[in-house]
Amino acid sequence: MPPRTLYDKIWDHHVVTEEPGKPCLLYIDRHYIHEGTSPQAFAGLKSAGRRVRRPDLTFAVMDHSVSTRNRDLPVLDADARGQFEALARNCRETGVRLFDMHSRNQGIVHIIGPELGLTQPGFTIVCGDSHTSTNGAFGSLAFGIGTSAVEHVLATQCLREYRSKPMRIEVTGKRQRGVTAKDVILAIIGKIGISAGVGHVLEYTGSVIRGLSMEGRMTVCNMSIEAGARAGMVAPDETTFAYMEGRPFVPRGKDFHVAVDFWKSLATDPGALYAKSVELDGDKIAPQVTWGTNPGMVTDVTGHVPSPDSFADPGARQAVGSALEYMDLKPGTAITDIPVDYVFIGSCTNSRIEDLRAASKIIAGKHVAPTVKLALAVPGSRVVKTQAESEGLDKIFRDAGFEWRDAGCSMCIGMNDDVLPSGMRCASTSNRNFEGRQGKGGRTHLVSPITAAAAAIAGHFVDVRQMGVELE
Amino acid sequence: MQPFTRHTGKALPFDRVDVDTDQMVPKQFLKSQTKEGYGRILFYDWRYLPGEEPNPEFILNEPRYQGASILLTRRNFGCGSSREHAAWAVADYGFRAVIGPSFADIFFKNCAMNGILAITLPEDQVDELFRRAQATPGYQLDVDLPNQTIRDNEGLELKFEIDDFRKQALLKGLDEIGLTLEHDTEISSYERAHHPEPAQQSPVDFSYPVAS
Ligand code: SF4
Repeated sequence: MPPRTLYDKIWDHHVVTEEPGKPCLLYIDRHYIHEGTSPQAFAGLKSAGRRVRRPDLTFAVMDHSVSTRNRDLPVLDADARGQFEALARNCRETGVRLFDMHSRNQGIVHIIGPELGLTQPGFTIVCGDSHTSTNGAFGSLAFGIGTSAVEHVLATQCLREYRSKPMRIEVTGKRQRGVTAKDVILAIIGKIGISAGVGHVLEYTGSVIRGLSMEGRMTVCNMSIEAGARAGMVAPDETTFAYMEGRPFVPRGKDFHVAVDFWKSLATDPGALYAKSVELDGDKIAPQVTWGTNPGMVTDVTGHVPSPDSFADPGARQAVGSALEYMDLKPGTAITDIPVDYVFIGSCTNSRIEDLRAASKIIAGKHVAPTVKLALAVPGSRVVKTQAESEGLDKIFRDAGFEWRDAGCSMCIGMNDDVLPSGMRCASTSNRNFEGRQGKGGRTHLVSPITAAAAAIAGHFVDVRQMGVELE
Repeated sequence: MQPFTRHTGKALPFDRVDVDTDQMVPKQFLKSQTKEGYGRILFYDWRYLPGEEPNPEFILNEPRYQGASILLTRRNFGCGSSREHAAWAVADYGFRAVIGPSFADIFFKNCAMNGILAITLPEDQVDELFRRAQATPGYQLDVDLPNQTIRDNEGLELKFEIDDFRKQALLKGLDEIGLTLEHDTEISSYERAHHPEPAQQSPVDFSYPVAS
């Protein structure tokens, strides 16, 4: 057999049928669902008189609209309540395991899959949510799907898909102090653009990626969709296996070692061909801050807001012009001169324990600037929250003037009451700075947890490397 | 699914690159449990001023484009969120076909699942369609799926590519799930080889340390 990439191996292993001129039927190992994109799928299934084929491979959670304040209070938003009730009913009727808003294991869907060990190397994983790509950090093929496809997977445990093209993103050298996984992925998107990944699956390689923890790799893979790719992946290695061992749904004892042997065989073979390759010098990556209305509109924290005229492509010129208007920014403004009104540390990109630890180091013993109206710290899952509290991180956040909340999507999307008000400017650790994403008229700057924490203290963006705090 | 064979209609040139699905259906409309009624809210934040007053500067509100049923787009249309609500809104508004130089993967697929014909054409051909639609009020296109052509009244004729599986599904309005279920034997034999037992189910909530 010719040498194959990680992607090819997983794909080949999951082909149920393959006929020329038709999309493959691909078997799905894990199907995650949440309240937002599943009601219509269950309704469709029911009206066609179909059943859920593999409830045991399907896992549900409430995350998008849950309150991050007090979960014992009734849900006032009737539409959100309707979705929660529908999910609970659908899971009860079909035998799908649900982590509801009161579960100790509740959290953002892309956080709890890996945390529970449901996500494993070599798996195909789908969810009606584009950031399913997060799970690719384990060397699985994980991608977001629409609601019709959710229904298709519920009914058949398969999807009809064409093969994508594997694309390699190699980040060489060494990550510098104060530069996080978030900065790495923002720098990648800044370089290749937000549509370079269309039709491709990204495989992240190179010494910088190898040096990242699983948390960091999840941050990188999370934003693959922001580069236009449906999936991103990292080949499993010792870091992966160490993370997996002992998690609730991971095989134990002898079975674990059998699994590890299989996982080791997944890495891309030497000489395997990629459709495209891109290389980045990791030594040159600085902390990143977005200035526009898509994640590709990004620059170094030491940089400036660009002028639309500096873009040759007319489409880009127009897009940058309207982005600057929406963001209320003038060309030439130093990034560090941009004030922030809100700070949001959370979302499936950056709300894992490592993110909270890193941010807490920046704010320990300091206080949020008086001009900052609200600083939110929202753990990605209740397990992360419990862990953080056992380490005293909640106290550090509270003492510094942050609000410490319960787990959920929160201000990443503002489907609950954590909404960024119109005209307000937010340093956010989430993944999308689209117009209105965090709230209609809200202005989002995507940054790493430590850059967000530093901005909270200073009241404007700062180069976290100049804060006098010891950084990793 | 509504079949698509041939459609003639007014073209609306949506002149903006990288349009994301958050703009097509903002998050406050994601809490419904049905697939209906999204046409009214398509591009909500751009389309309406406070109080749901139509924004006269937004293209969907321009009198000359009322009744348009073919959407011309720029590159990377439908990027971002996987929300199928975007495709439901496009269909419910009355668009039957979307024509552009490139589409985000998930949106492209969501169109196909909802009887919308999404057509990818080379950038220069899309530019030409934009020029004509902007220059001629009431500019119409005739999209013919069996022959894979797009024509206007001014003699323009363009060929487009579509894979045969999608083409047949659209022409016949086929239910993809039904097609897949015809492969039940193959699916079952894959399952016997790879997922013979119900997956491990942990019966209660559990607590454990997170990786350090
Ligand atoms: S945290 Fe944000 S990006 Fe992640 S799943 Fe929730 S809404 Fe989507």
